[in-house]
Amino acid sequence: MLVSENVLEMKNICKSFPGVRALQNVDFKLRAGEIHALMGENGAGKSTLIKVLTGVYSKDEGDIYLDGKVVAIHSPQDAQRVGISTVYQEITLCPNLSVAENMYIGRGTGKLQNWKKQNEDADKILKSLDIPAKATQQLASCSIAVQQMVAIARAVDMDCKVLILDEPTSSLDDLEVQKLFGLMRDLKSRGVGIIFVTHFLDQVYEVCDKITVLRDGTLVGEYSIQEMPRVMLVSKMLGKDLDDMSDIKGEQAPYNGKDASEVVLEAEGLQSDAGIKPFDFYIKKGEVNGFTGLLGSGRSECVRAIFGADRVIGGKVKKNGKIVNINKPIDAMKNGIAYLPEDRKIDGIVGDLSVRDNIILALQVLKGPFKPFSKAEAYKFADEYIKLLSIKTASADTPIKSLSGGNQQKVILGRWLLTHPEYLILDEPTRGIDVGTKIDIQKLVLELASEGMSVTFISSETDEMLRTCSRLVVMRDRKVVGELSGEDLTQNKIMSTIAGGDK
Amino acid sequence: MQKNTTKKSGIGSVLGGLVRNQIFIPIAALLLLVLFNLIVDPTFFNISVDVNSDGYRILSGPIVTVLNFGSELAILAIGMTLVTAASGGQDISVGATIAIAGSVMLRVLCGTNSRPDTLQAPIIVAFLVGCLAAMLAGAFNGVLVAYFKIQPMVATLILFTAGRSIAAWVNNNELPVISDPKFAYFGGFLPGIPIPTPIFIALGCMIIIALVLRFTTLGLYTQAVGINESSSRLNGLNPAFIKFLTFVILGVCVAVVGLIKVSRISSINYSVVAKDIEMDAILAVALGGNALSGGKFNMWASILGAYVIQFLTTTLYKCNVRSDALPAYKAVVVIILVVISTPAVRTWFSKVGKSLKSKLQTKEVA
Repeated sequence: MLVSENVLEMKNICKSFPGVRALQNVDFKLRAGEIHALMGENGAGKSTLIKVLTGVYSKDEGDIYLDGKVVAIHSPQDAQRVGISTVYQEITLCPNLSVAENMYIGRGTGKLQNWKKQNEDADKILKSLDIPAKATQQLASCSIAVQQMVAIARAVDMDCKVLILDEPTSSLDDLEVQKLFGLMRDLKSRGVGIIFVTHFLDQVYEVCDKITVLRDGTLVGEYSIQEMPRVMLVSKMLGKDLDDMSDIKGEQAPYNGKDASEVVLEAEGLQSDAGIKPFDFYIKKGEVNGFTGLLGSGRSECVRAIFGADRVIGGKVKKNGKIVNINKPIDAMKNGIAYLPEDRKIDGIVGDLSVRDNIILALQVLKGPFKPFSKAEAYKFADEYIKLLSIKTASADTPIKSLSGGNQQKVILGRWLLTHPEYLILDEPTRGIDVGTKIDIQKLVLELASEGMSVTFISSETDEMLRTCSRLVVMRDRKVVGELSGEDLTQNKIMSTIAGGDK
Repeated sequence: MQKNTTKKSGIGSVLGGLVRNQIFIPIAALLLLVLFNLIVDPTFFNISVDVNSDGYRILSGPIVTVLNFGSELAILAIGMTLVTAASGGQDISVGATIAIAGSVMLRVLCGTNSRPDTLQAPIIVAFLVGCLAAMLAGAFNGVLVAYFKIQPMVATLILFTAGRSIAAWVNNNELPVISDPKFAYFGGFLPGIPIPTPIFIALGCMIIIALVLRFTTLGLYTQAVGINESSSRLNGLNPAFIKFLTFVILGVCVAVVGLIKVSRISSINYSVVAKDIEMDAILAVALGGNALSGGKFNMWASILGAYVIQFLTTTLYKCNVRSDALPAYKAVVVIILVVISTPAVRTWFSKVGKSLKSKLQTKEVA
């Protein structure tokens, strides 16, 4: 078999969106019979590259070669025609149709449909790929993994040379993942080139041959799996040199009340329905700690479980030593816990409402439905926090959706500070906001902590975590794999713990 | 000269503010209708004093009719606005549940005999029982929408279809008639008072909702849930319960309208009572400039919208439009009103306005 032959080659791909250079001169090579991992943090340009390849976006510059010939891909249909198929994270098939119908839908030539032949063909393919499904079975009756396999079978049957799997494993359990990997290896032996996009490091090391790393829209490099230890991969993704010690110890003035060592919140075997393994957690008064790990490692899910944002299905939570029941956000709020969610747009702002209403919302809910704040009180609160956090807004009556991202984030922060929580959870509070505001928020966190508030801080930027947190809980593949504090709080140590297995 | 221009811009900004305000749409529609009537038939605004069959003096005239019959719609619009805001959908079963509520009230008043000489129960008891029935119907809709996440229009289609049969079944398909004149007060006139009672009832409802909006957080909660359910939940709200609650509140509004409706004729016609009223109620909300997809609302704009719709209906009657052709005329007017109030047209208007302004300015400079 010609393993060295490049089935796909992308050269000098550039793509800009208004205000952002999403891809800059990115090269990518895929050989036949190869499973190639495309790695990078969120926003590194993975999905943009995939979308350029599949014709969802049109590239600004660069060429795509398939089997050595330049191909022009302007639409997903073009991509399919030349043999590039994609299976997305969310299943894009029709659950109410049969398996065979799903495999052949949209591929007819307009002639009469031969249902019998279609079912026979489908069964043949399913059998040859060892997929446990029948052609006539309704798709919805298959497990998610099998549905994903059907999507792959559909792709394979379209004579694909390049198969793109975009985070196919995120909704599968371990056994299903193994089945999927079996199928991938089978396809590999048939000479199909597979691009595998995932956040799970273990899975990369299990099935992949090559790794291409992107960061900030540029190519970091292409590596073969043997020459790339995990720690190095993580450092490449994060863009931090291993030897760069970058010891930025913040000017923390730790809280030194007499109750400084008291545990404010303690969780034991906490588990939610968002798919994280049970975890233990505690935070002391005036402490700043953090959850770290790659995106998708379950750090947000952990704090959501603490706040009751996801359905809690097990575990005990103690607040100031007493067992409390936190099943929904209001329970947590009544226990003095505040949570600034990761996704500002979806979970944070109430877009059409004014800055004022957005600021008072949480406190108003705590106060109860029969004691509304008067207009004067609401304005007083709003103006206080607009000033305190220097929120740039035309007035307190401006709808929050017309503010910039950073200012929206400050409004949400103000909303929670107004409730005067004992324990504040900040999930990616600095994402997508400018450097100045970032530093403001970090300073604020340290200031609050020195006044005795306990804060959990989550950020994708390790720098920021090192600057603010005195203890880090490290997560990988949806479970807690370690805890670092004191001397161990270094970039290197964090990366090696995230990667798992020191090398 | 200097003074003049500043004054002008002051008026301009006030006008601009008004145009941007949501309540501008129903006000503009109302003004158009008033203008139309002034030109076509100014007698529309005449109010005369008649003597009714009981020997009392009462006010009559098209304007009184608008206020009288618009009251029912205004009361419904209150509940419909809340349902729309929180659930992002509408309740199309209100006409049918009015029939149920009215039927239940009559049943309680009549007891087993469908034509009793005396009332079998106090009117207030009958109203409360009818109110309970309407709230139950609202709760049924609310559960389907809030907890089973069925689209409001589909969920309320059930009672829309079945409601009038249920209403007939409540009274064994008989037509109860109330002979006690006191029962006719609610849809007619109180002795010695020349203004129709429904106007007072609607006023009462408006005062109550104004107090509720002022002294509870219902307004903030329904809007927050309608705009961003997920975020509302993370702020400690229970979005499902709030949606459910709005349907129950609409149930209370339905019961009040049901009382007025059956009181007007001291009887009920199951298939005709409050027919198509749900569409007018939804229209009132839309005409008030409220997004039918939920979120922010302006209660007073909705209520004004309700009166505008009744104004339109009465105007068309006055112009001798046949009652069976009425919906067609109404539809044309409604299309115009609704299209004008869409953001697309409004931004177009403001663009045209701006370019006109700049043209004028360049002319002045020249």
